[in-house]
Amino acid sequence: MIVALAVLVWLALWGANIWIARSRWNGSLFARALVPVLFGVAVLILWQGLVRGLEVSPVILPAPTDIAARFAAETGTLWEDFTQTVLKGALSGFLIGAAAAFGTAIMIDRSPFLTRGLLPIGNFVAALPIVGIAPILVGWFGFDWHSKAAVVVVMVFFPLLVNTVQGLAETTAMQKDLMRTYAAGYWQTLFKLRLPAAMPFVFNGLKIATTLALIGAIVAEYFGSPTRGMGFRISTGVGSLSIDLVWAEIAVAAVTGTVAYGLVVLAERAVTFWHPSHRK
Amino acid sequence: MTGAPISAPGAAVGRSGRVALALRQITGKAVPVLTVLAALLALWYAAVPPMNIKGALDAAERAGEVVTPETPLARQEVSRAALLFNNSVHIPATYALERPRLPTPGQVWGELWKTTGEMALRGRAMSKRSLIYHGWITLQSTLWGFALGVTVGILGAVAIVYSRVAEMSLMPWAIISQTVPIVALAPMIIVLSSQVGIDGRGVPKAIISAYLCFFPVLVGMTKGLRSPGKDQLDLLKTYNASASQTFWRLRLPASLPFLFTSLKIGIAAALVGTIVGELPTGAISGLGARILIGDQFGNPLAIWAALFAAAILAGVLVTLLGWIQGVAGRRMGVGR
Repeated sequence: MIVALAVLVWLALWGANIWIARSRWNGSLFARALVPVLFGVAVLILWQGLVRGLEVSPVILPAPTDIAARFAAETGTLWEDFTQTVLKGALSGFLIGAAAAFGTAIMIDRSPFLTRGLLPIGNFVAALPIVGIAPILVGWFGFDWHSKAAVVVVMVFFPLLVNTVQGLAETTAMQKDLMRTYAAGYWQTLFKLRLPAAMPFVFNGLKIATTLALIGAIVAEYFGSPTRGMGFRISTGVGSLSIDLVWAEIAVAAVTGTVAYGLVVLAERAVTFWHPSHRK
Repeated sequence: MTGAPISAPGAAVGRSGRVALALRQITGKAVPVLTVLAALLALWYAAVPPMNIKGALDAAERAGEVVTPETPLARQEVSRAALLFNNSVHIPATYALERPRLPTPGQVWGELWKTTGEMALRGRAMSKRSLIYHGWITLQSTLWGFALGVTVGILGAVAIVYSRVAEMSLMPWAIISQTVPIVALAPMIIVLSSQVGIDGRGVPKAIISAYLCFFPVLVGMTKGLRSPGKDQLDLLKTYNASASQTFWRLRLPASLPFLFTSLKIGIAAALVGTIVGELPTGAISGLGARILIGDQFGNPLAIWAALFAAAILAGVLVTLLGWIQGVAGRRMGVGR
């Protein structure tokens, strides 16, 4: 009964989506926001209906309402985990790693020899499963957030380095010649021409890095952490069968990841407003 | 005659044009890379004594040798530089510790050879202690996840290209799905699949790696399927081509370069997914599990060897796809 109802609501929302997509509001911002939201709501309702209707044990898959209730009841714990993992581990590691990659890119960019030598290696390392170094770094830097930040630094460094170096190589000979006719020095050329031209690439790297930072901070906690943190709570929650709390942590991680990505996109719009893909 | 022209700059200096050009290309690529690699190796070797000096001094003290300062507690108070300076006799020992904080490249290579080549030579390549066995387990899950992720990615791209509703409702969620840290979901996926009654870890690991690998394929294929220009689509219309003919004869071939580029990203992501799937979940076989077990039993060499095995595996897979891309490109007449 409940299952049938959920499937019906799901189909109705699906129909509504088709109707909106074909209607005259098709291209508007409102429609573009509404359609994915309706899709998400439909999935949640289907989830709720299936869990309730088929009486799935909460140990296997809790209903969204159970998760929401647990979320509301445990906001203190969730906030503590959030500060430990995201603000201390991921954010500090992200900032250090981004600054280091950016600085290194500008330094090695002065030498074509180093660029040619480091770029293939950086590309290769960026494709490696670097999360595996988490246990080593936890051994070196201890259980607290410092080791998590270290893992994040290593994980975000290479994608950002490769993207920034590629971006710095984007300026054409014509543009550089123009700067030379203005009698611009190295630093002036760097700040007024090459860094702005590199920004689309840098932001591409930053987008990859935001996701990697969260992954690194959470995985590192599986290898030892103080008794707080999202990774710690998830691994112990799975063990002690408080699955709804685990899903609440997953929701926090999902929202954090999406918001961080959104912030990077907003910054990208503000900085690279001149780029063809952002022009209206 | 497909080679570069003899008149290429610097081509005719001293040697025949071909040879000089080939040499220039080799030195243009290999020398910088090798130099940087050598510098990294040197840095690594230089970092070993300060990282390992405490362990080496503890071992020397237990063996009854003279160490300054004399107790481990006192050594905690002294900087690593001072320890190195006062105990320079013990620096060689830092390169030969059994459980080093930072093993030397030689030690890592030795462990790697001991668990792969040497075991293969003795005919025990598939023994549970061999990295070939664990690499094979990881490779299997990676390939299954890759196949699954590529299928989902291509089907999703086709749906997005042909249906406006699908694009509007799927694309934002595809992006959001990638901002959700998969490692948070990994333990849940494994619990769920074992509750549902799927034995073993192959399936959940494949699902995790498919989750990481479908996105680049989806984005690349969407771009690729949309790459034919208006004039090309119009031409097919003048031929009275049906929708399926347009798809098979124009859109799909046009998307292949995009597909291969995203496949290379996808296979690397799939390998990361498999290893992440093995790490936090108490798996017992696979490269990720070797890392986990090495951590639990305090055996750093095992961790480092498994890490390098994973790196080699990633390199081989990406190179293989690049080679297939080259062959396919030449067959289609678009290769360089």
